[in-house]
Amino acid sequence: MSFWNDPLKVAADWLLGVFTAWGMPELAANILIGFLGVLILISILMVLDIGLVWVERKVVARFQDRIGPNRLGPFGLIQPFADIIKLMIKEDITPAGADKVVYNIAPMLSMMSVLILWAVVPLAPTILGVDLNIGVLYIIAAGAIGTLSIIMAGWASNNKYALIGAFRQVAVMISFEVPMLATLLIPTILAGSMGTAAIVEGQDIWYVLLAPLGALIFLVAAIAELGRAPFDLAEGESELVSGYNIEYSGMKFGMFYAGELLHAFTFGGFWAILFFGGYRFFGLEKVSPFLAIAVLLFKAFIGYWLIMWVRYTLLRIRIDHMLAFNWKFLTPLAFTLIMVTALMNALLSGTSTWLYVTGMFLSNILVAWVALEIARSYSRRERERIEGKRIVEVGH
Amino acid sequence: MNPWIFVGLFFVVGLLIPVGAIGIAWLLGPKKPNPIKQSVYECGIETVGESWVQFKAQYYIFALVFLVFDVETVFLFPWAVKLGALGLFAVIEGIIFILILVAGLVYTWRKGMLEWA
Repeated sequence: MSFWNDPLKVAADWLLGVFTAWGMPELAANILIGFLGVLILISILMVLDIGLVWVERKVVARFQDRIGPNRLGPFGLIQPFADIIKLMIKEDITPAGADKVVYNIAPMLSMMSVLILWAVVPLAPTILGVDLNIGVLYIIAAGAIGTLSIIMAGWASNNKYALIGAFRQVAVMISFEVPMLATLLIPTILAGSMGTAAIVEGQDIWYVLLAPLGALIFLVAAIAELGRAPFDLAEGESELVSGYNIEYSGMKFGMFYAGELLHAFTFGGFWAILFFGGYRFFGLEKVSPFLAIAVLLFKAFIGYWLIMWVRYTLLRIRIDHMLAFNWKFLTPLAFTLIMVTALMNALLSGTSTWLYVTGMFLSNILVAWVALEIARSYSRRERERIEGKRIVEVGH
Repeated sequence: MNPWIFVGLFFVVGLLIPVGAIGIAWLLGPKKPNPIKQSVYECGIETVGESWVQFKAQYYIFALVFLVFDVETVFLFPWAVKLGALGLFAVIEGIIFILILVAGLVYTWRKGMLEWA
């Protein structure tokens, strides 16, 4: 076993040797090694997060036919570092009447809820924070901490805009958690495990081929969960100015902002892990774990880019439309999809691979088509009803 | 070693990083509070009345509906994990369970609770 095949284990063994030679008990040494590993992973994530600020600004500029940051360094690459220095030396204003303890904890929780998600991200076959057997539930639980941080920030700020923004955001997040939970069941059914590593290992055929509709619903629910356009009415610049983080300044605002960007990237990564084979790419992951990490990050960036594309293309929708879309369309659709997937999986699992994949794929397409037909006929009826009424009114 | 120790480490380090960043910013930044700067931001208009306003009861109802679904989908996860081993009978049972769930949604819908009134 060499460093290039299993870097994590080689490094851990070496460090264990060093620490025990210093006379440290083995459990303490193991915990210290774990601590160092987590610290390195999270530090890399924070550096990546700084890079994401640049990516986001550059991409939004291109979507809006601008150039974006281009003054500091090549392609404006040093811009986010300048931003961080600015955030660091800004005065931190706490509004009068704010609940100080809750007000200060909220941005920290917001960042933490994203960072702890990476505990279950399988970066490579041998590189994984924790192989939890309930990985999928852990994702949901960590997301709930994010919801909590938003309601804390909105309530503690002692500001009407912040409070209304927080209410909206929490309503959206808890609503869209239902279809998200439902679509998380689909990889669980297909892989027979809730662990993220097992889900990636089970994807000899990418699950997007077995459940394309599930992947789509997961993406929509993830965008809503992130509070990004078209579901960004918690921010709603034109009505609530900035929503739950309106009273935050300096580094505390920076934490919300960086947390949001990293959250979007993380969900791009989860989309890749659950439906696009994670670090697997036609046997490339077997060559080197470093290559596997590169594959996963590449897929995560594609997911992130897709989320940005949606954000900068679509308009914000009203909260009642959005909740109606969730409860009356997405949730029934997601539950129908689980039933169909479970049934097809049980019926076809013994047959040949080709029949299995084709059957699963076509059943998904069928469910999507029927759902769209129902929605279309309903809207046609509704339109005819309203137009008919108008004709009667005009006739009178 | 227990894997939850690592999860705990993620919590600790995940909290240390933002605490550190905010702490450094607190050390470096100026601290010159004054009443106008600290007043509640409302686009330049002075705040009228309490800031902790009443909220729409509709949010509460959505939270209730969510709670039902959230708890019951957690029951579905063990079913999904063991589906391959349990066979067609368990699939039918699971479908019946989901149909009962959906009946709850249909009831809420028919009651008009999903309308934003």
